[in-house]
Amino acid sequence: MQVTAMHFKRKAGENLRNEKLQKALEKLQTKFVDGRAAAIAELPNFEEVRDAATDIRDKVIRNLDRYLLRFEQEATARGAVVHWAETGDEVNRIVAEIAHQHGLHKVVKSKSMVSEECGLNDALESQGLDVLETDLGEYILQLAHEPPSHIVAPVVHKSKEEIADLFEEKHQRTRTTEIAELCREAREVLRPGFLAADLGISGANFIIAETGSVLIVTNEGNGRLATTLPRVHVAITGIEKVVPTLEDVTTLLRLLPRSATGQSITNYVSILTGTKEKGESDGPEHFHIILLDNGRSKLLGTELQPMLRCIRCGACMNHCPVYQNIGGHAYGWVYPGPMGSVLTPSFVGLENALDLPNASTFCGECAVVCPVKIPLPDLLRHLRTRQVEQQLRPWPERAALRLWSWMAQRPAVYALGTRLAARLLRVLSGSAKRFHYLPGVTGWTSGRDMPAPTGRTFRDLYQSRRSS
Amino acid sequence: MSARENILARIGKARGPAAAVDVDLAIRRHQRGPIPPLENDLVKRFSEQATRLASDVAQTAMMADVPNIVAGYLRKRQLPMNAVCWPAMAPLGWQDAGIGIEARAARGDDLVGITGAFLGIAETGTLMLLSGVQTPATVSLLPETHIAVVEAGRIVATMEQAWDRLRVEWGALPRAVNFISGPSRTADIEQTVTLGAHGPYRVLIIIVG
Repeated sequence: MQVTAMHFKRKAGENLRNEKLQKALEKLQTKFVDGRAAAIAELPNFEEVRDAATDIRDKVIRNLDRYLLRFEQEATARGAVVHWAETGDEVNRIVAEIAHQHGLHKVVKSKSMVSEECGLNDALESQGLDVLETDLGEYILQLAHEPPSHIVAPVVHKSKEEIADLFEEKHQRTRTTEIAELCREAREVLRPGFLAADLGISGANFIIAETGSVLIVTNEGNGRLATTLPRVHVAITGIEKVVPTLEDVTTLLRLLPRSATGQSITNYVSILTGTKEKGESDGPEHFHIILLDNGRSKLLGTELQPMLRCIRCGACMNHCPVYQNIGGHAYGWVYPGPMGSVLTPSFVGLENALDLPNASTFCGECAVVCPVKIPLPDLLRHLRTRQVEQQLRPWPERAALRLWSWMAQRPAVYALGTRLAARLLRVLSGSAKRFHYLPGVTGWTSGRDMPAPTGRTFRDLYQSRRSS
Repeated sequence: MSARENILARIGKARGPAAAVDVDLAIRRHQRGPIPPLENDLVKRFSEQATRLASDVAQTAMMADVPNIVAGYLRKRQLPMNAVCWPAMAPLGWQDAGIGIEARAARGDDLVGITGAFLGIAETGTLMLLSGVQTPATVSLLPETHIAVVEAGRIVATMEQAWDRLRVEWGALPRAVNFISGPSRTADIEQTVTLGAHGPYRVLIIIVG
């Protein structure tokens, strides 16, 4: 997917002024934030489960190669073919080759954020394949030619009226704004697509080392259809998604749906192992699993390693005051919100996503709700430090900080400077004693006034108290 | 070097040689995580949780009553009296109850699908279905109505217990293990929950015993 994270500030500003979007985002907060709180309250040993889940993810990440090799061994023994890819382009090439090798033309996809990383749909369409997104949200986005704005609820930014307009135009049916009717219409339009498809593409919420299985959670059932009906199934996932055992994945499943949508369990949890058995009437004849790195292994052994625990529940974005106000598109790549502000700079380059680590108030709510205890504010702070160290910040900011640092190391200069500045500001502010406008920081003063200093500096006060 | 070698080399380098653990041993232990406390009456818990997740639940003492319960359910909702069922479920007296039955995998236009279940899981009111020649996965998925029969004695407390039973009774995993918790649903449009997305609009669970 094209990276547009460098336009964060402009996009965020536009989104703040977009009334439709603001209305849509309000719903996210009540449904997801309140829903999670209620679901967590029903799990009496939540904190204990959370600690166990964190340990499981850490254990895997510390020995990632061992668990991946065990996964590969088990999956292969059951007849699946395991592929490894360093980049999104490699994934696209592998999928295109699989399609070519088996003579496949009609693709149904269930929601996969990893495939969004790769820009898979465009790549396959350029190879002449028909690609149909089947998750309702992703299908709507495919019709609208838009990227997802949330990793769990990809179309959270659209109202039912906008979806009704889109369906009327694309389906040539009578317009309806009844949500149940819109869902039925999508079902009726997509069902023939499922039945005709010869290639099903899915992601994986987890892969299980013990059994060589791919685990998918869905509510709509499209994930089951896409992995059951077509004769070839390709699952694409990140290398960090491996867990050791069925017991471990059970612990994680107690947290994922609760943290994501406030459900005790998703409607469907499917654990898929190998190809269809002899005499079985449904299930794929060929099963390919693609393990994508795309920057993940580079996080190992760094301060950002805890990010690899992430199970993609979306709780951090649902609870983020920045995400709640600007929505997901402003973040400019696949993953929005706090987890995206760590992942995007890590995957596409810190220099291409300068604003993201700063798009946080450091209120800490993301770390509070994270089911696997990722210290997101610490990771964001670390990325800010790296930006400064690598001299990626704009030159006025760097110059200002250098000046401040020079002064702060010279107490006499600092005392003189602040005393002069306080007096100067007092004089300049005139009788209003406030500034409506300050050159260079108009963004700050457009919404508020800066009060002018009116008395003496802290140092002067301190001195005089001590001597009195 | 291949992508596989590159990726594994990078991971190995970041970890260092000393830290490696015996993952086979770690896996063999099948260590359970913390289990939430559950009440003793598993059938009651299962029924309550399944109902909460929008399944309809019926209970009967005898397997022979199942066709009549199904017929009553379909009639009451004015649903078609024709169904597709797992070959494993074919021997029940469907015709006598007035239900036209075909034992096979489901097709896109089948409206009612009847399955058994490997186990029920009380913690979340979830059905656990295993795919196989006699138990095709499409029957619980393509039709608009899914009816599942589960024996009361096969309702276990948690998914952890289900794994133990599966290892004892099957050894390896079948191609597909499907956990089902109510009718398919979506909340993609304005976060409003709507039943009946791509799978069934309604699920009837009949507990026998």
